[in-house]
Amino acid sequence: MTSRINTAFANARSEGRGILGVFVTAGDPDRQTSEAILDALVDSKVDIVELGMPFSDPMADGPAIQAASLRALKNGMTLAGTLELARGFRQRHPDTPLVLMGYYNPIYIYGVDRFLADASDAGVDGLIIVDLPPEEDDELCEPAAEAGLDFIRLVTPTSNEKRLPVVLGSASGFVYYVAITGITGTRSAAADTISAAYKRISAVTDLPVVTGFGIRTPGQAGEAASLSDGAIVGSAVVEIIADTIGADGNGTPETVSKIAAFVGDLADGVAAAKG
Amino acid sequence: MTDVNLNSLRNQPDERGRFGMHGGRFVAETLMPLILQVESSYRAATTDADFARELAYYQTHYVGRPSPLYFAERLTAHYGGAKLYLKRDELNHTGAHKINNVLGQALLAKRMGKTKIIAETGAGQHGVATATACALFDMECEVFMGEEDVRRQKPNVDRMRLLGAKVHPVTSGTGTLKDAMNEALRYWVANAETHFYIIGTVAGPHPYPQMVRDFQSVIGKEARQQIMDAEGRLPDTIVACIGGGSNAMGLFHPFLDDEDVTIYGVEAAGKGIPSGLHAASLTGGTPGVLHGNRTYLLQDDDGQIIDAHSISAGLDYPGIGPEHSWLHDMKRVNYVSATDEEALDAFQLCSRLEGIIPALEPSHALSFVGTIIGDMDKDEIVILNMCGRGDKDLGAVLPMLEERGKL
Repeated sequence: MTSRINTAFANARSEGRGILGVFVTAGDPDRQTSEAILDALVDSKVDIVELGMPFSDPMADGPAIQAASLRALKNGMTLAGTLELARGFRQRHPDTPLVLMGYYNPIYIYGVDRFLADASDAGVDGLIIVDLPPEEDDELCEPAAEAGLDFIRLVTPTSNEKRLPVVLGSASGFVYYVAITGITGTRSAAADTISAAYKRISAVTDLPVVTGFGIRTPGQAGEAASLSDGAIVGSAVVEIIADTIGADGNGTPETVSKIAAFVGDLADGVAAAKG
Repeated sequence: MTDVNLNSLRNQPDERGRFGMHGGRFVAETLMPLILQVESSYRAATTDADFARELAYYQTHYVGRPSPLYFAERLTAHYGGAKLYLKRDELNHTGAHKINNVLGQALLAKRMGKTKIIAETGAGQHGVATATACALFDMECEVFMGEEDVRRQKPNVDRMRLLGAKVHPVTSGTGTLKDAMNEALRYWVANAETHFYIIGTVAGPHPYPQMVRDFQSVIGKEARQQIMDAEGRLPDTIVACIGGGSNAMGLFHPFLDDEDVTIYGVEAAGKGIPSGLHAASLTGGTPGVLHGNRTYLLQDDDGQIIDAHSISAGLDYPGIGPEHSWLHDMKRVNYVSATDEEALDAFQLCSRLEGIIPALEPSHALSFVGTIIGDMDKDEIVILNMCGRGDKDLGAVLPMLEERGKL
């Protein structure tokens, strides 16, 4: 069976473009708004949805996504709640790939086997776990493969020639190229850096390679998607939530409409920059 | 514990950096190549006689090692039980044990050609030690410190600035040691190619827990020799306080295979374990993954980290070094706790009886000693690691003592 992730890349390729992935944190700013945001992403032609599992200590994230995690936790989001959001999303959107992204501890505490069973059952397609390098593959990567979930690897500018085969050996789904040496949402990568990295990574793997971290505008998204197989935008979307929440800390109608408009622009940017 | 000597407890971790189920390398991919490089450089340094010689030179002539093992006559008389010896690491240059580790890591950074240093600090002792080593070896120094700690440990902030370090107050989270470590790791991720991160305790990704322990083990090695010289035998009991656990690991490690030596690690119970406001990761926590290692953590049932609480900024951390977690699981070390109030009493007692103003951290350990030593025989021996001096704590302690009518 062709996976939803493979289908999404094949569809984009047939249109001569890269994919657009968008990251939002589950339950940010509140559960109901979060659900509406997820629907808006699909309506605005996002190819892959990345749903962040909130964590109190997100060590690879910049201020925007740290704040998103804290907003979600404060409003009661949990890993069980995240899986419920995922399940609802899958019922409403049977075809859009959904990837969970986050840190290992909440999964470890939830229980790896229980998490994998519940995530598969909810219709999750893949996992991106920031603090599980290949050295710790027996923790989650190997059991995830057995459960039929893709384990998406982050490749960074520090992943040298010796390191790349190690990182990509157990990768599946696609490869997430972290375009900057740094945390999310802080700075942007130069076009020639992305091209060079794309060549380096594609020499080692047949998986699609998408670019993320520091992509903030439709223009940058288009550029990154044309230089690789897609672009992922997170902080710039999450900042819209911070800017539009009400005094009670919950989302407003503006939260969803502004995200829909911005993500629509991102999708246009990616579609316009046919690689 | 009959098989202790057949199967040494002193050769952990394994090649994956595991102490039993604890430890490991749970970090972002950006840091992995660098961590592997630190590991191979450290391994090469440990077999290099020049490295050992250079470190020993600075330990002797700059830090003032060996630190004395002092028979605390008046405290011994006060408790009326076993003999109490204090391992005087508070006499080290910069006033705590932290410099033992920092010099080792700074020399390793130098070997690796790194001249920019990152550190996190809670009480500020590790920050001061790092700033000191950076001044000595002409390195740039950036210290991350929670803003709450910047406030309660101002003298150490001033010292760091005077020594040429840049202090970054951390406002994320609760503004304490855990958040300082998050920010230091984030900064390291962004500057992985140029900077060396000097972690201040026996935690973090492999090889840090092992490396920091090895550099701190000078405490236990000296204490072992010194007690043999003074008493002709090993101690019955050794005690140290635990935040992340570096001074404790340094004292304990050389004694782990001596099954007749009873070992106590004293965590900070804050306002009491039942209150939930404490920093006792082993007594009140469960295993989880944070800051690059698996270890006991204070966390809720969703795996979110809970803030620690302690009167002592140096113990105010929701985790603990993975080797302690392992020693706890195998019951080789007894992990106990002391509250803020108990530490405050011991702080004052030690000042009055011995003329030694202890840091709040070892005051926790002394407080626990007070609960067992009176019932021990007079010819038994207890060694307590006096891992830091209390000058830095006066600003916090004096108002509390006055408020309680104790001063």
